[in-house]
Amino acid sequence: MKFYRILDTALRALRRNVLRAALTTLGIVIGVAAVIAMMEIGRGSTVAIQRTIATMGAYNILVFPGNLAASGVSFGNGSMMTLTPLDADAILRECPSVAAAAPVDRVRTQIVYGNRNWVPNSMYGTTPAFLDVRNWNDMAEGEAFTASDVRNCSKVCLVGATIVRELFDGESPIGKEIRMQNVSFKVIGVLRPKGANMMGSDQDDIVIAPWTTIKYRVTGSSAGNVNQSAAATAAAAATVLPSQVYPNTSLSLYSVPSATEQSDTPAQVRFANIDEIVVAARGGDQVSESIDEVTSLLRERHHIRGSAPDDFTIRDLTEIMKTMSSTTELMTNLLLIVALISLVVGGVGIMNIMLVSVTERTREIGLRMAVGAQGADILRQFLVEAVLLCLLGGIFGILLGRTTSWLVRVIKHWPTATSIGAIVAAVVVSATVGIVFGFYPAWKASRLDPIDALRYE
Amino acid sequence: MALLDLRGVRKTYHLGEVDLPVLKGVSMEIGSGELVALMGASGSGKSTLMNILGCLDHPTAGEYWLDGQEISGASSDERARLRNRLIGFVFQNFNLLARTTALENVIMPLSYSAEHLAEKEMRDRATHLLGKVGLAERLDHQPSQLSGGQQQRVAIARSLVNRPRLLLADEPTGNLDSQTSEEILQMFRDLNRTEGLTIILVTHDPTVAEHAQRVIRIRDGLIEHSNGA
Repeated sequence: MKFYRILDTALRALRRNVLRAALTTLGIVIGVAAVIAMMEIGRGSTVAIQRTIATMGAYNILVFPGNLAASGVSFGNGSMMTLTPLDADAILRECPSVAAAAPVDRVRTQIVYGNRNWVPNSMYGTTPAFLDVRNWNDMAEGEAFTASDVRNCSKVCLVGATIVRELFDGESPIGKEIRMQNVSFKVIGVLRPKGANMMGSDQDDIVIAPWTTIKYRVTGSSAGNVNQSAAATAAAAATVLPSQVYPNTSLSLYSVPSATEQSDTPAQVRFANIDEIVVAARGGDQVSESIDEVTSLLRERHHIRGSAPDDFTIRDLTEIMKTMSSTTELMTNLLLIVALISLVVGGVGIMNIMLVSVTERTREIGLRMAVGAQGADILRQFLVEAVLLCLLGGIFGILLGRTTSWLVRVIKHWPTATSIGAIVAAVVVSATVGIVFGFYPAWKASRLDPIDALRYE
Repeated sequence: MALLDLRGVRKTYHLGEVDLPVLKGVSMEIGSGELVALMGASGSGKSTLMNILGCLDHPTAGEYWLDGQEISGASSDERARLRNRLIGFVFQNFNLLARTTALENVIMPLSYSAEHLAEKEMRDRATHLLGKVGLAERLDHQPSQLSGGQQQRVAIARSLVNRPRLLLADEPTGNLDSQTSEEILQMFRDLNRTEGLTIILVTHDPTVAEHAQRVIRIRDGLIEHSNGA
């Protein structure tokens, strides 16, 4: 039997009682519409949530210089000076899944304004890209420094909300000068408050300045500097350092690599080493890709052969990522359950009406069998009818669902996102519902005895 | 050779513990091109015999040769194919598909046949047959818009669409007035004479049986009387 004729027969049967067909498939329509609308609204909120989580740095990966080991003594991350600002530039240029990368030079010292002073939690020397990485581009006041400020070692800085409170007593700090290590910095921008991070440390207790300025004007040396120079130690009287508690150790805090070790890693000492590179991946799903890309790029740039260990370490914010993906997963599963329930209910409706229809059309079945239809022909006819009913329901459901989500977006201004996957799934699921719930009635019809069926009143 | 040959056909229904023999050894032959009336009172086994002749049912015992084939042991799918290929049915209550045009009603059996015709061929064949039964003007009418006689004509056209060897008419005039009955029976006679179609009229009405060349009477599951016309 030709497909066209099967379809034609099924459509004709449905057309014989349009109202009933419509009411029967209403369950499927509502089910599919609910799925589509909830998927779109749900995905919209997921995207919104992801965007919020992204500002917490969920897509960030952090690159630190590697561990220096000499004579079996390891010195921990950051003890080898292997990262340069050029590495950061290269990462941005050559890794396709990286959205932004910025070098970071950290310092901890006292800042002074007028008769007040303060030691910020974090003081970063970096490039404007840092703000891209941290999603911190919109300033509360003023504006960010530029790439030319970095090139010129300009004495400008951005401060966080905590600094404004502690140092400026809440007044606008724009245009005012603060001093660190007797270098004055002009405050040109105030960062938008971010509050505490996941670990509870204050993200607004921060000063950001061009890394060149920090490196060459504040910490004052181009090599051998690991976080705190001797000068910084002297200036920041408030901080108690190991060198003060154990005076002897200040003489040789790190062992000097032997000539052999230095020749093993010839590119160790660079013109300007930095403490960290912060990198932002293009999206949550590209974090692991960007880790791979950054790793291979840095290995190449640092001339690390074959199986030799990396001279840097990479960390990502696994915990936040996990929170995010579990949130998304939970939401999707919830929607899936709702979808399944409504579709099962719809499917039972279809089965019920198909059973009624088989009983009602017993004579027709008998006649079709008398003129030569085999059991399989009858089975196919009723199955196609059920599937067609479900598919039509699915299509109307998709339209209704999309309309609903559109209305929600327009009227309630909720974010929504089109989900092609949900549409495909809705079609597949409604066809499956048709097959599953249409099978029993169709099977029953195909097993009728033509003699009894013809005589049925 | 006879188109139809029954040899010692028995049919026994099992109603729980009790065996109910309905056909108790029916043997008969119907040649190609005959117009035969099958008569019998209700309960005589007439309907059971008709079901077996029409391949709707299979005998409990005995042989049934149809068109040179022994088919008493055929499976239900094989019987469906035989019905489609060899037998046309006309029923007392017409059994047309409701809300379906006359043309589509006639085409319907073609969709189950093994030979795959193009859509146009199907329409042409059905249109031709409807023309032959005098309904050329009513191709697009639905059964509810047709009189009883017209509906039965559509049914006859439908039974002929697969070019069967045997036409089995079960009380074809039972629901029609005498005038229309006469027309329908005349049509059967014409088909028999001009096309050489083998027709079995199952009836209890002697006036219908008069149109046949031969009358086979069945009583209590046995052939009682078979006379040539």
